[in-house]
Amino acid sequence: MSVVSQPPPAQAQKGLFARAWDSDVGYSFRTSPVAIAAATVTVAIVFGTTFAEFITPQNPFDAASLNLMDGFTPPGEAGAGSGMIFRFGADSQGRDMYSALLFGSRVSLLIGTASVIFSLLLGVTLGLVAGYVGGQIEALIMRVADIQLSFPAILVALLVFGIARGLIHPSLHEQMTFVVMTVAIGLSNWAQYARTVRASTLVEKRKEYVDAARVIGLRAFPVMLKHVLPNVAGPVLVIATINLALAVLEEATLSFLGVGMPPTQPSLGTLIRVGQQFLFSGEWWILLFPSVALVTIALSINLFGDWLRDALNPRLR
Amino acid sequence: MSTVLTRSQDQPDAAASAPLVKADHLTCVFDVSRPWLERTLAGAPKQSLTAVADLSFEIARRETFALVGESGSGKSTVARMVVGLLPPTSGEVTIDGISMSDPRLDAAREKLRRRIQMIFQDPFASLNPRWRVDRIIAEPVRAFGLAREDAEVARRVGELLQLVRLHPADGRKYPHEFSGGQRQRIAIARALSANPEFIVCDEPTSALDVSVQAQILNLMRDLQDRFGLTYLFISHNLAVVRHMATRIGVMYLGRLVEVAPAREIFDRPRHPYTRMLLDAVPDLEMTGRQRKSVDGEIPNPIAPPSGCAFHPRCPFAAERCRTEPPQITISGHTRVACHAVEEGRI
Amino acid sequence: MTEPLLSVRNLRVEFPTRRGILTAVDGVSFDIAPGEVLGVVGESGAGKSLTGAAIIGLLDPPGRIAGGEVLLKGERIDNLPAEALRRVRGKRIGMVFQDPLTSLNPLFQIGEQLTETIQLHTGMSAADARGRAVELLVDVGIPAAERRIDAYPHQFSGGMRQRVVLALALAANPELIIADEPTTALDVSVQAQIIALMKKLCREHHVAIMLITHDMGVIAETADRVAVMYAGRIAEIGPVRDVIKHAHHPYTRGLMGSIPTLTAESERLTQIPGSMPRLTAIPAGCAFNPRCTHVFERCCIERPDLLPTERSQVACWLYAGDMRATA
Repeated sequence: MSVVSQPPPAQAQKGLFARAWDSDVGYSFRTSPVAIAAATVTVAIVFGTTFAEFITPQNPFDAASLNLMDGFTPPGEAGAGSGMIFRFGADSQGRDMYSALLFGSRVSLLIGTASVIFSLLLGVTLGLVAGYVGGQIEALIMRVADIQLSFPAILVALLVFGIARGLIHPSLHEQMTFVVMTVAIGLSNWAQYARTVRASTLVEKRKEYVDAARVIGLRAFPVMLKHVLPNVAGPVLVIATINLALAVLEEATLSFLGVGMPPTQPSLGTLIRVGQQFLFSGEWWILLFPSVALVTIALSINLFGDWLRDALNPRLR
Repeated sequence: MSTVLTRSQDQPDAAASAPLVKADHLTCVFDVSRPWLERTLAGAPKQSLTAVADLSFEIARRETFALVGESGSGKSTVARMVVGLLPPTSGEVTIDGISMSDPRLDAAREKLRRRIQMIFQDPFASLNPRWRVDRIIAEPVRAFGLAREDAEVARRVGELLQLVRLHPADGRKYPHEFSGGQRQRIAIARALSANPEFIVCDEPTSALDVSVQAQILNLMRDLQDRFGLTYLFISHNLAVVRHMATRIGVMYLGRLVEVAPAREIFDRPRHPYTRMLLDAVPDLEMTGRQRKSVDGEIPNPIAPPSGCAFHPRCPFAAERCRTEPPQITISGHTRVACHAVEEGRI
Repeated sequence: MTEPLLSVRNLRVEFPTRRGILTAVDGVSFDIAPGEVLGVVGESGAGKSLTGAAIIGLLDPPGRIAGGEVLLKGERIDNLPAEALRRVRGKRIGMVFQDPLTSLNPLFQIGEQLTETIQLHTGMSAADARGRAVELLVDVGIPAAERRIDAYPHQFSGGMRQRVVLALALAANPELIIADEPTTALDVSVQAQIIALMKKLCREHHVAIMLITHDMGVIAETADRVAVMYAGRIAEIGPVRDVIKHAHHPYTRGLMGSIPTLTAESERLTQIPGSMPRLTAIPAGCAFNPRCTHVFERCCIERPDLLPTERSQVACWLYAGDMRATA
């Protein structure tokens, strides 16, 4: 007597969001105050930076909208020139710090995200190839990764930056800064992705579903892409999240050192550098608010990444 | 029933008596030396592991040939060589007259691939956990271009799921939603999806519970009868093999020690190792039969014993067994590699 | 009737999850007499390993004993504080696990591991302990024990390692050994050796064994009595010959019919339709009722107790006194 298994229950297939909410990861999120707080802050910042033009009272990098008489207005007071209330105070040029924060955060986040995507694509591809193909190619890629990991990321970024400076025509420097920063930070961080993905690939490669694909004659590249990649992508997400915080900090460091974003299109790092000068002359708000913003961004992304790593770790559930 | 899956029609009568699968002096040697740098610094020699040595067998159409052996016998390596996953170090596998390793026959081999499939041991690792079941089963169909439109592919997947006694709507689920036995059915459905003639089954039920194993073995037999399939069945369990195989080959440390029709192996085992294996099958009939105890364990394949590899454990070992590897003796339908049998001592 | 060595009464093991409480072992009761080998057999998910783990107090949290009692020679051990339980474990109950590779610490010589256990539980001096360790190794059949005692686990083959693990379990002269799938990871020729060894040790040291396995063949060769578990409950328990050759419970019958043997007449194996229910979906009444060919109304409503037959006990309404006529 053969038994056909019961058909699946008649309820409609739940939507993706509903299923995610119900899953173990969703449950872990709902019950972790830290995760909720971190996610809320991050989302608020992203929202604020995306719509900065509409939220802020002025565009601080449009010279025409500035009034020099507003300079050095303390937080909460009205400017001497325009009469506008400066929530977080004004800097030496009369720029509203609140607005500058949002615009600066936007630049920081954009560069951070772009560089993470860059290093992710590069690292995952190299890791996948190294793990699957093996042999000399694997040895080469891993040695390059090892060598690179022995240098601090900042140094690598500085190096790339310097080379780029040399290669690019001086007149294009300012416009290319964004791209160069992305590539520099991206190149300094790919190695961890490559290592993790290679390790996972080595494990997945031995599994029988890969053999099954090879039995029907699939070549290496389709097997890697269609079969192995979806299974090694998990840890990559966690690394990417934590890396985002690091990338933002790295960008801030570079800008602080003077090799990053220029004051005309500043990131938080640039704002901090500029604000430094005024710390001991009493205008503390020019330094404090960008610093707090940077710390908040980095911390909330980091905490979210921490939670994500624990939530995705099957052993801890 | 459906016309989509039919008995294989393309077998010319003239070739019906020729074996479908032929393995000729298959050898597989792995290089297990330590990495070059370590080796040079330590002055150590290269090490090689002979997983399979000089193996020859044939499988006729529609028969089930079983390869039986314990760990280290090389049976899984043979399975992989037959299917083309692993190139042999020397020797050749020929399926329907086409060599699996001759580079000149690449085009012919591409066509051949559709007719060969494999079922693996671990139901948890043989299905991609990130793919839905319908995509998994449809992969060979799409890979070999057997159906173009999505609707046709979906219909075929549904039929296959019913064939293995699952529900067509199960196609939308992921592998982790199924039990081990159900996953193995999915693997069988995948193996059947391109209408193969020859399926290599590498311990397909070893990881399953006994009652589930019974379902799967019965299913495999039914499918074989229905579609005229040829099986190469790898196992370590002689009792399981008894229910499936027409001919059985016993392997020890990479060599075939005995090949015979199933009946012969069970009624009149020749090689001492075969006898030992039969003796080791637990006595469920509770006849209280006394077990002959066998000493020792499988030796290290990197440093196998000299002469006949079984001699350290063999109750009939003589001086010749220690020095000279035995040749194949033919006795009726049985082929044995044993000095004692050849000399008529046992 | 001698007092049983181990007595398990109505043991219940639960796993609280956010989807509800899963009962993995539900009201299991059995006794083990001194020196007896009791086989606990079942397929995956039946709860046999958890029963063994619960008895010896090695349940992984969040699993916990939610009911019932475990008595060793009349004293309760399931409610002991951790320190007292630790003393019981090893001294009075030894354990043998499935994988000999992970049961032994790869960093220590086997002699060290043996003497450590011996000294811990018997307080012998180091020299005496070493002597006893060599004796044990000889007992379990390790050749050249005097020399091999200083070897590391990876220098032994699988079968030899399992022998060492047996020696470790016996080191403190326990009264009971719980062996969880001790032969599953071994080759079939080595399995036979280990089974023979276990029987010999059981006789010589007068130690009882609770042998947990899915392999009925091992039970047939080793056990005196056997308990068949299904979905966290005992389906049938009795002398081995009785249960195997004259199984009463429909599940046991189906199970025996599906085991391939060398001598079966038919080439087609008996198969039980369906599969063991998941812990989240155990049917009401008798857990086997959806798959049973003899099912009737009572089976779906009321969970059967262990009812007596001639020599064994079966949890099946077919054997309730009033239903005998229709069995």
